[in-house]
Amino acid sequence: MKVLVPVKRVIDYNVKPRVKMDGTGVDLANVKMSMNPFDEIAVEEAIRLKEKGIATEIVAVSIGEPKAQETLRTALAMGADRAILIVSETEVEPLGVAKLLAKIVEEEAPGLVILGKQAIDDDSNQTGQMLAALTGRPQGTFASKVEVEGDSVKVTREVDGGLETVSLKTPAIVTTDLRLNEPRYASLPNIMKAKSKPLAQKTPADYGVDVSPRLKTLKVSEPPKRSAGIKVADVDELAAKLKALGVAA
Amino acid sequence: MKTLVWVEHEGGAVKDATLSAVTAASKLGEVHLLVAGEGVGAVADAAAKIAGVGKVHVADGAAYANALAENVAPLVVELMGHHDAFVAPATANGKNIAPRVAALLDVMQISEILSVESADTFTRPTYAGNAIATVQSSDAKKVITVRATSFEKAAREGGSGAVEAVPGAGDAGLSSFVGAEISKSERPELTSAKVIVSGGRALQNSENFHSIIEPLADKLGAAVGASRAAVDAGYVPNDYQVGQTGKIVAPEVYIAVGISGAIQHLAGMKDSKVIIAINKDEEAPIFQVADVGLVGDLFKVVPELTGKL
Repeated sequence: MKVLVPVKRVIDYNVKPRVKMDGTGVDLANVKMSMNPFDEIAVEEAIRLKEKGIATEIVAVSIGEPKAQETLRTALAMGADRAILIVSETEVEPLGVAKLLAKIVEEEAPGLVILGKQAIDDDSNQTGQMLAALTGRPQGTFASKVEVEGDSVKVTREVDGGLETVSLKTPAIVTTDLRLNEPRYASLPNIMKAKSKPLAQKTPADYGVDVSPRLKTLKVSEPPKRSAGIKVADVDELAAKLKALGVAA
Repeated sequence: MKTLVWVEHEGGAVKDATLSAVTAASKLGEVHLLVAGEGVGAVADAAAKIAGVGKVHVADGAAYANALAENVAPLVVELMGHHDAFVAPATANGKNIAPRVAALLDVMQISEILSVESADTFTRPTYAGNAIATVQSSDAKKVITVRATSFEKAAREGGSGAVEAVPGAGDAGLSSFVGAEISKSERPELTSAKVIVSGGRALQNSENFHSIIEPLADKLGAAVGASRAAVDAGYVPNDYQVGQTGKIVAPEVYIAVGISGAIQHLAGMKDSKVIIAINKDEEAPIFQVADVGLVGDLFKVVPELTGKL
């Protein structure tokens, strides 16, 4: 089966985001950008399915500015077979992304689409579920285990009280949680090889999808700051504090 | 405006996160509820008593027993024919179902709102809580998930909503529930506990986690949480995780033991009323947000503290 893996270029996980002084957004000038960590897990899962002989081809797709090419090359270096970049200079919301992906699903007919559960920039946690809705496919969100069995896929999900397992008819949509796997690093030879793997460039107009935003960001601000409190010298003082707070007798 | 609130329930009781979602919805207009599940008569009766609630729509049937999004979303979409906003708590179920509903309605969801500024304007956290965005929606209908810790809980008593059965289309035939491994604990639930004791990687292993953290939690009647590092290292299961990608908590008192204070952990607990940190590294970032800090070896000071309470 073919596996489709959407990936997003976002601020690197280790960079502390800074809100712009004018309150229009987060400063991304000269900031290190990387593949969204949950998407890396999605790419890794697709590669493992291919290594098990279940996936036959892995197609990576990204929607974003031309530089998202780099993110797709990373996916190719990890082990994806080819890539599609839908170039948009303006930010596309999860609903727009899901609509574009639905068109690609129509064209490519993948047995599984594996996405990160959320992007660490807008933290929306929507695209996978929306894609599932638009394609009429079942969804296994927040996956910590994915087992393909014939024409169904068993997905273990991280839920509030622990874990839950659902069985989905394929074709299906899966979104990844942190503990699904540990993504590999691309080796230097594979990074070199990735440069010659096919990467198609498209635009939202090629798919006839209107991606105009529905949400307008009026302001972006820093969260209220907490200030450091006091340090106590020993356990007696701490015990006294807890008693004063009324949480201990 | 008429809102439809997703009722999160477990073991026949309405969960606290629902009450926060009701408060958020009440800022938009009339509050109607949706109770979906199997054998949920008692839940519907309890839901009808929540203060300020109008109609309670009940979908009772096997197809809704495990809140499968494939079966629940069409039901919500049908009810949204005569509601203006769908409001769900940002629980695992809420996050799973709401975007499926939004896409079916051709609406861009507003995730994890922290406040309602007006009928179409909300604040929400982005970048792991490092940037708070104020967003305005141009969609005619709204689909919203609510961060429970940001809204007061509506009172469980005082309302007298009318309970009304909705048939629903039943099983979409796309998915089925296989089973669940739900952690059982005598302790309060993390997201609604008044006191939380959380452990980090410094505990070194699972045995230490249980022998150091749990006695203190028992003394305080507290819930037990953990940092992502402790969960990833396998000391405790995933549902203990407090942080941006785990649970968002805001107890009266949060005690962080051997947790350095990574951004992603802080995002999950910085709205706690009082933060207490115990760490041997006095430079640890956790001390920058802690109200009370104790620098010391947790293996020594935590058992000592437990003994003195």
